[in-house]
Amino acid sequence: MPTFVYSALCKGCGKCVDICPADNMQFNPRTRKAYNADPVSCSECLNCVKYCPEHAVDVRSYADFMPLGARVGVVRDTKKNVIYWRLMFRDGTIRDFAVPIRTTPWGSAKGALDFAERADLDSELLCCEDNPEFLGFKELPRPKELKYFTGPEFSV
Amino acid sequence: MSVNPFNPPVRVVETDILVVGGGMAGCGAVFEAKYWCRGKCRVTLVEKANLEKSGAVGMGLSATNLGEFTEDPEDPKPEEFVKYVRNEYFGIVREDLVYDIARHMTSTIKLLDMWGLPLWRDPKTGKFLRSGRWQHTIHGESYKAIVAEPCRKSADEVYERVVAVFPLLDEAVPNRIAGVVGFHVRDGTMYVFKAKAVIVTAGGGSLIYRPRATSEGIGRVWYPTWASASAYGLTLLAGAEAVEMCSRLVVVRFKDGYGPVGYPYLLFKMRSTDVYGKTWEPLPDEARAEYRKLYGKYADARPTPTLLRVLTTIRNWKEGRGPDIMQTQEKLKTEEDIHILFEDYLDMSPTQAILWAAQNIHPEKRPSELMATEPYVQGSHATPGGMWASGPPDIAPPEYKWGPNRMLTVEGLFGAGDTVGVSGHKFSSGSIAEGRIAGKSAVRYVLTKAKDYRPTVSKDTIERYREMLYRPMAWYELNRPLTTTPEVPKQMTNWFEIHPNYLNWFQLLNRLMKTMDEYAAGWSAGYVTNMYLLNRAWELLKMLEEDFNCCAGAASLHELLRVWEFYHRLITAQAVVFSMMNRKETRYPGYYINADYPQLDEKNWHVFLLVRRDPKTGEWSWRTVPVIHFVP
Repeated sequence: MPTFVYSALCKGCGKCVDICPADNMQFNPRTRKAYNADPVSCSECLNCVKYCPEHAVDVRSYADFMPLGARVGVVRDTKKNVIYWRLMFRDGTIRDFAVPIRTTPWGSAKGALDFAERADLDSELLCCEDNPEFLGFKELPRPKELKYFTGPEFSV
Repeated sequence: MSVNPFNPPVRVVETDILVVGGGMAGCGAVFEAKYWCRGKCRVTLVEKANLEKSGAVGMGLSATNLGEFTEDPEDPKPEEFVKYVRNEYFGIVREDLVYDIARHMTSTIKLLDMWGLPLWRDPKTGKFLRSGRWQHTIHGESYKAIVAEPCRKSADEVYERVVAVFPLLDEAVPNRIAGVVGFHVRDGTMYVFKAKAVIVTAGGGSLIYRPRATSEGIGRVWYPTWASASAYGLTLLAGAEAVEMCSRLVVVRFKDGYGPVGYPYLLFKMRSTDVYGKTWEPLPDEARAEYRKLYGKYADARPTPTLLRVLTTIRNWKEGRGPDIMQTQEKLKTEEDIHILFEDYLDMSPTQAILWAAQNIHPEKRPSELMATEPYVQGSHATPGGMWASGPPDIAPPEYKWGPNRMLTVEGLFGAGDTVGVSGHKFSSGSIAEGRIAGKSAVRYVLTKAKDYRPTVSKDTIERYREMLYRPMAWYELNRPLTTTPEVPKQMTNWFEIHPNYLNWFQLLNRLMKTMDEYAAGWSAGYVTNMYLLNRAWELLKMLEEDFNCCAGAASLHELLRVWEFYHRLITAQAVVFSMMNRKETRYPGYYINADYPQLDEKNWHVFLLVRRDPKTGEWSWRTVPVIHFVP
């Protein structure tokens, strides 16, 4: 159902089990292969399809509103940082797409401790906001005047 | 793997700041908290799935729906955004919280750019492109994975596949959070987290209302199935106050595929019509005039408030002119246009692209149906529902400052993202910004006011939770041999099992969804309710809670996860119904109409409605708080 695993292709690596946000993909210790154990909770995010190195996971879209016959193929290349899609219509039309997924190498993002330490724990400025370019303003914006009022007397 | 539910292992984790839920807000909170903590405090993240693809953005997203605010005259300013959000909610908004998010957006977008998110740029100016006034277009298939990376690097510890179920309240200090308890969904270990500050950044709730889809299609709710309302379940159970929970979100989406309509309306400037070809978006003057009579000045707000646009689609559907139809073919002129539209959906909601392919709908040739969704409970989109949070020290009026920024009404318990209410339209990027705000605020708290705090949680309490957490599995094991229904593999729910002594998660969930749909203004009730229906909903939800307490069953750890997700949905549903019972007007007409009080009542109801569940007795109470504005 929604996503499923071809038994001839699954090698039981568990990558789909590891990535599924819904805890749907489960490992069957008897067959040593993965399966979608909870199809009604499947949002068709296709992460299991994207992360399967054997292309063993596929989608047969929701039976209650999807006519059969459409196919979707996807390769998420984390070296070139491009995701390739092939969408086949029920009428046979094929559309191919190649879309960037990231502009920097995986593993290169700076964590909190890679940013210079600051002492102003008391200020409202967050990390990087001591730099006006990051803040977008010369100083942290505050309302021009703080005149509080109740009731609906304001302009839309 | 499984676990012996009668004797599960226990692991205790002590930390300074515990972040619950590793979505957009949680990642922002971890990053910012660690930035200020350095070696002075520990930051721990607990997440029920895999950080790389968890949360509402786990399947990708095609825009940072809140973008930069800068000095550049062309860019938006925080005041302007406050006015926009205020119109969206017909005035019921915390202006201090909304303003606060806006002023931290530029640094958030620049961090995303630095980390590697492919934001579209204007080749001439180098500025990030916008699809509308607030949002930047992105290639966002890996949006969550990119944000997860600096989060993982920043956290002292990350516990994945551990679901937080109950808040732990301090036993020496009243109304003080001490941590949370939960369990590992793969190995079954019980986790006890103790912390000086807890930031709840969990998700809002799908599958509280019966979806329009049936059978396996119920997974295709617009808001993902794993959004189990833990943002509210966890915090309500701690005794924190929630606000405007009545305003469940209904959005207009492509019918069945639930692909968002941001690109079609904003980027491509498409129009939508009824089935006879009459244009309803942009809203025609005569409809606006009618709304002006019903809802006053809000009808004249530009852009037209989501509430009224959704109401228009619902009225067309109910009065036989529906479904509304997006006239895609009028605007898709080039191959590039078509590619952009398909990419948009493949990157964030692939089912929409598959639906077009399956039904032979070529959007450059023929239009597509739209539909109002089932209601969702969440706080980051076009709804003000969520938890009641203390405001920024330099902007908030004194009435909204009882503690550090983003602390809820329980000492030491913070929120961000979907958790925090009456500050919506933050979406993914605003949730990161708000997570960062809460992160810094919590650090200041644990290094000053809570410096010497030590959680007091007795062994008895932990033992009591240990018994409670695994009771559905134990109950299943004790009762299982009673019937002849054949067993299925452990991880799979036995849809066919009828048992007199227990209900599985799906049976419980279906009762909740049906009750909410029919009695509390779901789609099958035409988004209309009345006091009789709400009182019945309340009665039926109480019975459902009793049935849950006595008889929830779980055959596996997977089902145990689903059972507790259901429980967070149930507590949230109670907050929704209780809130609807007490707001005696119709403030959010596109989301629901109370037929006993169909008018917008500015004189009596231009106020926040807060609800609270007493953690000791389980009794609900409510109060109102004035809406204090500062933007003229």
